[in-house]
Amino acid sequence: MHRYQVALLLAAGGLVSSAGMAIAPRVLNAQQPVAHHPVPATKNGNVVVMLCDGKTSLEIKGLKPGHTMTHDQATAVARQLMQKWQRAHPGELWQMAQEEGTQMRPTTTEQGNPSPNLPSAPNQPPSGEAPNPVPHPANPVQEQVQGVPVHRQAQPQQQGDTYASFNQRDFRVWQAETQKFVEYGKRVFHSDKLLGGTIGVSCDMCHPDAANTHPETYPKYQVQLQRVALLRDMIEWCIENPVKGATMSPNDPRLRALEAYILAQRKGVPLNYGKH
Amino acid sequence: MAVRHKSVETKYMEQRDAVLRGLRWLDRRSFLKAAAAAAGAVMARGLMPPHSFQLIEIANAATSKDFGTVGHQGSAPFRIAYISDSHLYERTLNQRFIRAIVRAVEDVNALDPQPDFVLYGGDLAQLGTRQQLDLGRQILAELKPPVKMMVGEHDWFLDLGDAWQEMFGPPNYSFDWKGVHFVVLMSVHEKDFWTARHMTPMERMRTVAGLDNPIQSRFEVGEEERKWLAADLAKVPHTTPLVVFSHSPLYKYYRDWNFWTEDAEQVQALLQPFSQVTVIHGHTHQMLFNRIGNINFYGMLSTAWPWPYAPQGLPPLTIQMNRADPFDQLDGCGDGQFMMRADGLVDTIYALWDRNPVSVPAGYLLSGGKSDRPPAPQFASY
Repeated sequence: MHRYQVALLLAAGGLVSSAGMAIAPRVLNAQQPVAHHPVPATKNGNVVVMLCDGKTSLEIKGLKPGHTMTHDQATAVARQLMQKWQRAHPGELWQMAQEEGTQMRPTTTEQGNPSPNLPSAPNQPPSGEAPNPVPHPANPVQEQVQGVPVHRQAQPQQQGDTYASFNQRDFRVWQAETQKFVEYGKRVFHSDKLLGGTIGVSCDMCHPDAANTHPETYPKYQVQLQRVALLRDMIEWCIENPVKGATMSPNDPRLRALEAYILAQRKGVPLNYGKH
Repeated sequence: MAVRHKSVETKYMEQRDAVLRGLRWLDRRSFLKAAAAAAGAVMARGLMPPHSFQLIEIANAATSKDFGTVGHQGSAPFRIAYISDSHLYERTLNQRFIRAIVRAVEDVNALDPQPDFVLYGGDLAQLGTRQQLDLGRQILAELKPPVKMMVGEHDWFLDLGDAWQEMFGPPNYSFDWKGVHFVVLMSVHEKDFWTARHMTPMERMRTVAGLDNPIQSRFEVGEEERKWLAADLAKVPHTTPLVVFSHSPLYKYYRDWNFWTEDAEQVQALLQPFSQVTVIHGHTHQMLFNRIGNINFYGMLSTAWPWPYAPQGLPPLTIQMNRADPFDQLDGCGDGQFMMRADGLVDTIYALWDRNPVSVPAGYLLSGGKSDRPPAPQFASY
């Protein structure tokens, strides 16, 4: 199975920790070659940040290297960068325009590992193919007809609302975030240490690839508990009993990630609550 | 979460223990009375089996009608018991798996008549340490019949077999018993995935110990051992009944969990010329049987935990065992027996703990599932 990973790049002169900046540097797979965009030298000793097009840069007045910005300041800087880019590209739409270095590359896991299924973006095919570009009036869709590229005007779509503003990059970021959560759940599932177990038992010992966890059958009456159980109740039960670990709080990130991993393994199986 | 579930399980186990203690000296009439009372109590609570505890009459393990008759070869039938896949940790860490293997040892010692020998099916240790293997060795030393040892991947990949071989000898060997030729294989060799990754021995061991860890290689008997097997079998007439023990199934069931032997076809080709061939394997922790060509295959139960049936590749002749009750640590586990018949084939008894035993006569596989069909499960895999 092919997996996509997104590398969102922002070269920032010494600045990596501006909390809340949507353009924080992020490299998800260190093994992938990452395009290098040197940041222009500072004129006044301030931090210089660069947009992920690798060209548009900005010196932040009053911010010295090693210092961090507030969330509001960082948001303002991001906005200024985008405005600068827009001035340089009048009439153009920012839409993964800077493909260089940010191409989604299929990566195969070792030996076709049946790793957790990657959640699909709404308009992305679940197969290993590249996602469809989001059609937009300003962005004619390019199609291949018998090997010849053909331009056609896409159907006009509603604009101006929350959902209309989501683009492919957003989907990729969300997918990566979801996948990260599922992967963490996988680690917990396979580790008696992370589970807090005391007898060397982890979930995967009875449930390889989360087999036989049947999350799609909950809620259902669990006769041994003499009440209706949720998937989460059963995870808790297993942690306390076969694993011999301590009870987890419902908000424990491990418990939430376990649930995510188990559900991810049953993607596509119809929900069938109450099934025995 | 504020609600604790443990008390329900404890109550359930206590209830069962009490009934079992009371049962010890019952004659049949009292048994039926107690069983009816238990069933009544169960009904009154609005619960239905198999999830609640209910007494069932466990007959002596049924033997096939062919067992006990003397065939034209004139060899006397005999019985082999097995214990497999105990996955022991150090004594201080985990008592649960110890209790399970001890129960199997008690089962075997209580068999009447006693088996001619006991096969240990591999994965004695969970992470292959000397302490774990030695703990297993001490427990198995309590067995009254002689023991034939087989190695599993959990025993091997910490030190690539050093400690195991020191304690139990070579991992592949053959012997003859009452007219049957027995071969024990080491079928869980893996191609080197660890050197390039700079893994420590324990990292290598833990990788192999993860059934769904895709980094490891697939199991194989390997070229060297196949040569050994060919040479060993060259001395045996093809009419001699042949029984092969291997830890992994000698066929391809489900690759992702290494329910698999990469060179299975080549090994099978060496066995096909024999007229009566049985392969008995561990590793899969479930009731599992198959027939390929003229080879009958049987998987052994684990004492430690049952594995779910794989999502693909289950042999069509396999009849699944009912799902295991997670609230009963020993459910779906057990040991078993092989009844070596006079005609050189094997009837198998799955001695599932806390359940009725299931008998799989050789005739079931021989007939391609048309006769001697074992009972079907009420609840197969999801």
